[in-house]
Amino acid sequence: MKEIAIDVTGLTKRFGDRTVVHDLSMQVPKGEIFGFLGPNGSGKTTTIRLLCGLLTPDSGEGMCLGFDILKEQERIKSHVGYMTQRFSLYTDLSIRENLEFVARVYGLSDPRAAARGAIDRLGLSGRSEQLAGELSGGWKQRLALGACILPNPQLLLLDEPTAGVDPKARREFWDEIHALAAEGITVLVSTHYMDEAERCHELGYIAYGDLLARGTAQQIIDQSGLSTWIVSGEGLHQLARDLRSRPGVDMVAPFGAELHVAGRDRSALDATIEAAKRASSSHHWMRGEPSLEDVFILLMDSAKDNFS
Amino acid sequence: MRAPTYSRPAVRQPDAGFLRRTWAMIVKEFVQMRRDRMTFATMITIPVLQLVLFGFAINTDPKQLPTALLLRDDGPLTRAVLAAMKNSDYFRFTRQVRDPAMLDAMLRSGEALFAVEVPASFERDVRRGDRPALLVIADATDPVATGTAVSALQGLTDSALRRDLRGPDEKVAARPPPFEIALQQRYNPEGETRFNIVPGLLGIVLTMTMMMFTALAVTREIERGTMESLLAMPIRPVEIMIGKIAPFVLVGFVQMSIILSAAYFVFGVPIVGSLGLLIVLTTLFAAANLAVGYTFSTIAQNQLQAVQLTFFFFLPNILLSGFMFPFRGMPEWAQWLGEFLPLTHFLRIVRGIMLKGNGFTDMEVDVLALVIFVVAAMGIALVRFRRTLD
Ligand SMILES: Nc1ncnc2c1ncn2[C@@H]1O[C@H](COP(=O)(O)OP(=O)(O)O)[C@@H](O)[C@H]1O
Ligand SMILES: [Mg+2]
Repeated sequence: MKEIAIDVTGLTKRFGDRTVVHDLSMQVPKGEIFGFLGPNGSGKTTTIRLLCGLLTPDSGEGMCLGFDILKEQERIKSHVGYMTQRFSLYTDLSIRENLEFVARVYGLSDPRAAARGAIDRLGLSGRSEQLAGELSGGWKQRLALGACILPNPQLLLLDEPTAGVDPKARREFWDEIHALAAEGITVLVSTHYMDEAERCHELGYIAYGDLLARGTAQQIIDQSGLSTWIVSGEGLHQLARDLRSRPGVDMVAPFGAELHVAGRDRSALDATIEAAKRASSSHHWMRGEPSLEDVFILLMDSAKDNFS
Repeated sequence: MRAPTYSRPAVRQPDAGFLRRTWAMIVKEFVQMRRDRMTFATMITIPVLQLVLFGFAINTDPKQLPTALLLRDDGPLTRAVLAAMKNSDYFRFTRQVRDPAMLDAMLRSGEALFAVEVPASFERDVRRGDRPALLVIADATDPVATGTAVSALQGLTDSALRRDLRGPDEKVAARPPPFEIALQQRYNPEGETRFNIVPGLLGIVLTMTMMMFTALAVTREIERGTMESLLAMPIRPVEIMIGKIAPFVLVGFVQMSIILSAAYFVFGVPIVGSLGLLIVLTTLFAAANLAVGYTFSTIAQNQLQAVQLTFFFFLPNILLSGFMFPFRGMPEWAQWLGEFLPLTHFLRIVRGIMLKGNGFTDMEVDVLALVIFVVAAMGIALVRFRRTLD
C-alpha cells in the first residue's frame, strides 16, 4: 500500500466568528498530484497554510510527511516547499541572490552551486543577475517553483501557481509537476483552471470551508449525477433566462455560441427540454457530457444556498 | 462597405467637473484618514506632547542643580554660606561626603553637577580675616547647564554674610568679602558649547538612523508579502532578528567613525578617555536603538506606523535626554522619564569618556541601563514576533 503524505482529519479554522475551514479531512498518497479547487474565499489558501504550519487549526489533527501538524511544524517546514499565491520572493534581489538565500536558510551544503544548478534547470542562465521584481509573470512563477524545489522537499504546496500565466508556460509548468511527482514528490496544488484540474491524479472541491467532493475527475463527474444538454442557435440569452426557473434545471451557462443546460434530476430536465424544443424550432439541441466545470458550478451554487 | 461611425456617448456634465472630481478625492482621503487610527492618534498626541515637553519640562535657566558637599569644618558661618547658596535656588545639596575622591566620582558619573568643599578651619580663618577659599567645582561639560549658577555664585559671598554676621562678627562683614570662592570649572574649562554638542550629535544621529532602519524590517516583509515565504522556511525568529540587526551595527560603526573623526579633527573636541571603550559602548548603544526599532517593527501594522512610532520615540529622546536642554534643569518627573531613554545614558557615556576621561567604573549604571535596553527590547520583539499568520 502507498504511503500517505498528507493525512488530516477534522481540520477547522476560524477567524473571529467566521469558520473558514470546516471539519476538513483528506489523505493524499505519496507521489500523487492532488488538485484543490473551489471558489475564491473558500479556504484553499487557509488549508494549505494549516498544512505547512503557518496557521494553527482550532481543532482537528493530522500528519504531514509523518510529522504532527500541531507539534512538529518546524520539522515539517524543512521538507515542504510552499509556493504562495502572491509572489513572495524578494523583488529587490536578483534571481541568483534569491535562490542562494533559500539554499542557505535550508542549510544546503553549497548554496552557490545549488543556486547555479537551479538557475540552469529553470533555463534562467542568461538572467541570473536580473532582479526578481522585473520578471514577467511566467518567469516569476518559474522562479518561485525553482525556489520551492531547491531544498529537495518531499511535499510541494502550490497555491494557484499558474494564475495569470500564459498557456504555454502553464503547459511547461505542469510537465515539470508531473516529472516531480514521478520522482515521488507529493504535490498539492490549488487552481481555478479546469484543464489543470484534469491533469491531477485526484481532486478535492472546497466551498465555503467544506470539502464537498473528492476523487478523480471522472469520479466527481459521475458522483454528481448530472445530465447536460447543449443548445445552439439564435436568441440564447433570452432562452437562458427562460430556462433557469424551469423544473429540473439546476444550471444554465453560456459557452461561446452554445448554452449548457444541466440538472441532477434527469427526467425532469428532459421534460423541460422537450417542452422547449416544441416551443421553438430555432434552436439545435444535443445531449452532452457534463464537464468538470458544470459540476463545480453546480456544487458552488448548492453550497451557497446552504451557506446563506 | 464602410461601417457607420461609432455614435459617441454623451459627455456627462461638462462643467463643474473640476469641483466634482476634487470633491471625490477629498471624500476618499477623509475616509482613508479616518481608517488609519495611528495617524489619527499622531495628529492629536504630537502637539500635546510637544506642548507638555516644551512648556513644562524644558528649562533653559536650570535651577536646583545637584550639588555634592564635603564639610571639613562646620559652624554658623559655614551654615550661612550654604544656606545662601541654597536660597539662590540654583544649588540643591543632594549628598554629603567625607572623601574628596567621592566628590570627583560624583562629578564624573554626572550624579552631581557641582561640588562644594568647605576647608578645615574655615570658621576660624574668616573671623581672623584671613579670607579663606571655599572650593566650588563645576562640571562645565554643558556650559548652558552650569553657566547661570556660576554667575549667581559671584554675588553670593557678600550678600550671604551681611545678613548673618551680626554682633561681634559684624565688623568682619563690613569689610570686602571675608572669604573667597575658588571656582574650578572642570572638563570643559573654556566653556565651549560645541564640546558638549558634537559628542551628543553622535547619539542623536545613531538614534535616528538606527531606529529607522530596523523599524521597517519586519513591516516591510509583511507588506511586500515576503513574510509568508519566510515563515514557511525553517528559520527561527531569533535568527531573523539577529540577521536583520547585525548589518546595521556595521552601518552604525561607519557613522560613528565619521562623527568621531569630525569631532576630533574638525571641531577639536578632545577624546580624553579610552577610544576603545568609546567604540565598544557606542556599538552597544547602536545595538540598543536597533533593538528598539526592531521591537517597533513587530508592533506596527505597516511601514507608515513603524515610522510614526520611531518619530514618537525620537521626540522625547531629543528633548528629555539632555541633548538640547540641560538634563538636571528639568523637573523631577521629566528626569525620571529621561532615564527610560537610551540616549540619556549614552550622552553621559560619550561626554564622560570624551571630556571627563571616564573609565568603565564611572559609568557602570549607564552601561547597565543600555544592556537592559538591548535585552528587554529584543525580548519584547521575540515575544511580539508572530511565527504564524494567525
Ligand atoms: N488572516 C485572516 N484573517 C481573517 N480572515 C481571513 C484571513 N485569511 C483568510 N481569511 C478569510 O478566510 C476566507 C478564506 O480565505 P482563503 O483561504 O484565502 O480562500 P481561497 O484561497 O480559497 O481564496 C476568506 O473569506 C478570507 O477573507
Ligand atoms: Mg487563495
